Amino acid sequence: MSDNNNKLNGSPQTNGAAVSNGTPKIGFYVCHCGHNIASQVDVEDVQKFASELPGVAVSRDYKYMCSDPGQELIQKDIKELGLNRIVVASCSPLLHEHTFRTAAEKAGLNPYYFHMVNIRENVSWVHDNKESATKKAKDLTRAAIQRVFFHKALEKKTVPINPDVLIVGGGIAGITAALTIANAGKHVYLVEREPTIGGHMAMFDKTFPTLDCAACILTPKMSAVKSHPHITMWTYSEVEKVDGFVGNYRVQVKRKPRYVNEELCVGCMECIDACIYKEAKYPDEFNQKLSKRKPIYIPFPQATPQVVLFDPETCIDFKSHRCKKTCIEVCDREAIDLKQVPEYKEINVGTVILTTGFKTYDAELSPQYGYGRYPNVYTSLEIERLVNASGPTAGEIINKDGIKPKSVGIIHCVGSRDQKAHKWCSKVCCMYSLKLAHLIKEHTGAQVYNFYIDMRTPGKGYEEFYDKLMTEGVHFVRGRVSEVTDWALVPEEENKLTIRVEDTLIGVVRRVPVDMVVLAVGLEPRVDADDIRRMFNISCSNEGWFLERHPKLAPVSTFTDGIFIAGGCQGPKDIPDSVAQAGAAAAEVLSLISAGSIELEPNTASIMEDHCSGCKSCIPLCPYSAISYIEDSKKAYINEALCKGCGTCVAACPSGSITQNMFDDEQIFSEIDGLLKFAGIELEETEGEHA
Amino acid sequence: MKYIYYPGCSLKSTGKLYEESLLAVFDALDMDYAELEDWNCCGATAYMAVDERKAFALAARNIALAEEQLKSEPEVNIVSPCSACYMVLLKTQKFLEEHPEDKAAVVKALKDSGLNYTGKVKVRHPLDILVNDIGEKEITKRITKPLKGVRVASYYGCQTVRPYATFDDQRNPVTMDKIFKAAGAEIVDWTMKTRCCGGSLTGTIQEVALPLSYIILHEAKKRRADVVTTACSLCQFNLECYQDDMDKRFKTDLKIDVIYFSQLLGLALGIDPKKLGIHRLFAIPENIYKIMEGGNRVYV
Repeated sequence: MSDNNNKLNGSPQTNGAAVSNGTPKIGFYVCHCGHNIASQVDVEDVQKFASELPGVAVSRDYKYMCSDPGQELIQKDIKELGLNRIVVASCSPLLHEHTFRTAAEKAGLNPYYFHMVNIRENVSWVHDNKESATKKAKDLTRAAIQRVFFHKALEKKTVPINPDVLIVGGGIAGITAALTIANAGKHVYLVEREPTIGGHMAMFDKTFPTLDCAACILTPKMSAVKSHPHITMWTYSEVEKVDGFVGNYRVQVKRKPRYVNEELCVGCMECIDACIYKEAKYPDEFNQKLSKRKPIYIPFPQATPQVVLFDPETCIDFKSHRCKKTCIEVCDREAIDLKQVPEYKEINVGTVILTTGFKTYDAELSPQYGYGRYPNVYTSLEIERLVNASGPTAGEIINKDGIKPKSVGIIHCVGSRDQKAHKWCSKVCCMYSLKLAHLIKEHTGAQVYNFYIDMRTPGKGYEEFYDKLMTEGVHFVRGRVSEVTDWALVPEEENKLTIRVEDTLIGVVRRVPVDMVVLAVGLEPRVDADDIRRMFNISCSNEGWFLERHPKLAPVSTFTDGIFIAGGCQGPKDIPDSVAQAGAAAAEVLSLISAGSIELEPNTASIMEDHCSGCKSCIPLCPYSAISYIEDSKKAYINEALCKGCGTCVAACPSGSITQNMFDDEQIFSEIDGLLKFAGIELEETEGEHA
Repeated sequence: MKYIYYPGCSLKSTGKLYEESLLAVFDALDMDYAELEDWNCCGATAYMAVDERKAFALAARNIALAEEQLKSEPEVNIVSPCSACYMVLLKTQKFLEEHPEDKAAVVKALKDSGLNYTGKVKVRHPLDILVNDIGEKEITKRITKPLKGVRVASYYGCQTVRPYATFDDQRNPVTMDKIFKAAGAEIVDWTMKTRCCGGSLTGTIQEVALPLSYIILHEAKKRRADVVTTACSLCQFNLECYQDDMDKRFKTDLKIDVIYFSQLLGLALGIDPKKLGIHRLFAIPENIYKIMEGGNRVYV
């Protein structure tokens, strides 16, 4: 075709650039997707419109293009009509690009001659005017057809998968995933920020709905992690840096100084007794600051590893260097090393599972409930510690004044289902409130009130547990509590905390005086979740939870290949769900390891050596360190195995000498040209300016 | 920075002492302000219930007038001391931003009378300005008669920080605490700060309103407050003037001073009580005078 002809029939201006694979013969297919697309887009009209576009050899519409008959339609046309380009207008490429590429490949066409138009998520699902939706679908179709003119045959590259795995976060999810993978004979690096693994579960006393002891079921797993030959457990450590890509991640881990040699310490704790502080006087973080610890401490009796650590913020020797260091004197294994410095470990892993967990809502942000103002208002996590035999009161539920409460109010949905805090339901609070109600009643015999908005107990044995609690005589009041206050209206309220609530089942406002208030705080993302997601290059939902690739069908995958998520970091969930997700993530990892290698998209960038001036401006920009400078030729060079096709260097190159597969200038400008034709705009022939 | 002072109806009538004391404090702090020219009623709650769009036009006119008056300034701040006006102006801005059709109608109506409404005006409460523009340090510097020993229970009522204000927490506001701490007072920690005083029910269904006011004063008394400071003319009126009725009904002897925050701050700034409208109160706050002089309380 000459340029003149192109102009006349409106086909893309090829500017003399050679199109590959002979004269384009395009097959166009528009999908009804049942009613999903067809109800908002006149698909037959789109089909007719496409059939008249230059280069289109065949145009069809079909009810479900992704079905086997739909795919066979494409394959038959490729073979019989000799098609060399395929465009399908249907759903998001995230869902079916792979399907159609594979179909084309099976019919003998290089899969990169295929292009997909999203007229479902981008058109039919978001518009309510059929006429303009159809018009938009046509514009997108024309753009795609013009783009596909310039597609080229590309080859996928294959990279090997390093069988070592990194797991970040040693709560129950991380522990489960680590054991599953290690039991399969693969090596796991388990990195935990706190001095011990165990996470939130280690703080609980009992677990719902079976009421089995949390420590009894968790600690065997913790010891198994510690002693497993295929697990390298690094506690009190954090991931500092992540480079690379699926199969080949390079990770730097910072091991914070404990000031105690982990290899030498046996956990005899004689140093703790020997500390010159006779009394513990610093808030114990593990016990939610309800008890005190010394500057040298161990978080809890079953801490894993069983190794003490120093808190340099409170240890006299770190502050004044004038301590007698009785702790060092008493340690016959010479494990204490006050000069310890952070240690940095570099590891290579093929896959990563993030199990970084959650944090509980800060109850002080809802001042109407009086947390931080009234000493007898507790959070649920504090009660978990109070009721725990290894907790600050050795399992006795007593108020801060030492008196056993005769009445206790548990307020549900603190920070959850609240327009002023978090809109989401935290999912676990109803059930743990029931559990705490049972334990409080069992330990104290107190009258226990649950103030709830809705009881949410879906789960195996959960509703039955709720039934059981009602027969135990726990009171349930339906209504959101308006405030917890210490002002008394009647003498019975003097020296008590009064819970004001509208009882919506009987339609009156009630004042319930109690001795102790428990706030069922909701779950929220960790404060630094955003830093973590940036480091691992994954996405977060608006609320800050790590985002899964698909909410139903890829719940533990992320949009970054080789990075998986499980447990509370992905959203509020209880122990069974966290464990299930951890298992799923482990299976995903093992499936990659088992395959041994992974095919990567060929959307990589490359340097046009003739044009490159060797200015090196692209080198520091590359997030994957894929670009190097060749001294001999004085040109930049892109390692295709490392390039992830982000396009940063392409955009940044001052001389326009970097191109990227699937994003050639011709492809992009032709696509834009096709898109803008609806407005009667035609891109000028500006070959020079494109560059 | 130049401020436009929008008094609203109360501060020119029952709340005269609020205006007098607030402007005296502004002067003492060398604030540059001018009263809004040709201002009109904010619409309060009554007009909103009758015709929403017209009510918003009425309120928006004041905002547009402020823009007009400070045409050359890049930033326009309206100071709105009355909590009802403050709430209505904020509500108007928010509503018009969220309802483009109503906004277009209101903007057109104002345009027809020669006014511009762009929405750039900032509606500010004097408490917000005192703490966030002037600052506690500056206030402390200007204090000549510190409120040493005076136990202040700050009270905001329902509309000052709810539901649209953003300068303080809606359930446990602390701005007044900051101001009086800066003025040397002792702060009473209590939970009544935003509880209803009974509002206009004191004039209609007193049996409902009186207990509401009483709960607040009783609690202040229980926590040994010397004074309850308010930022609303209706709250001040309800809490101060019905103490006899409350005493009768609940068989107590409340006797607690309820004055505007601006009056108390004015005293600490050394302003003549007369200029602060203290003589317009039902009861002269003798306790405060005594404590400030280092003497004993006259009544407890």
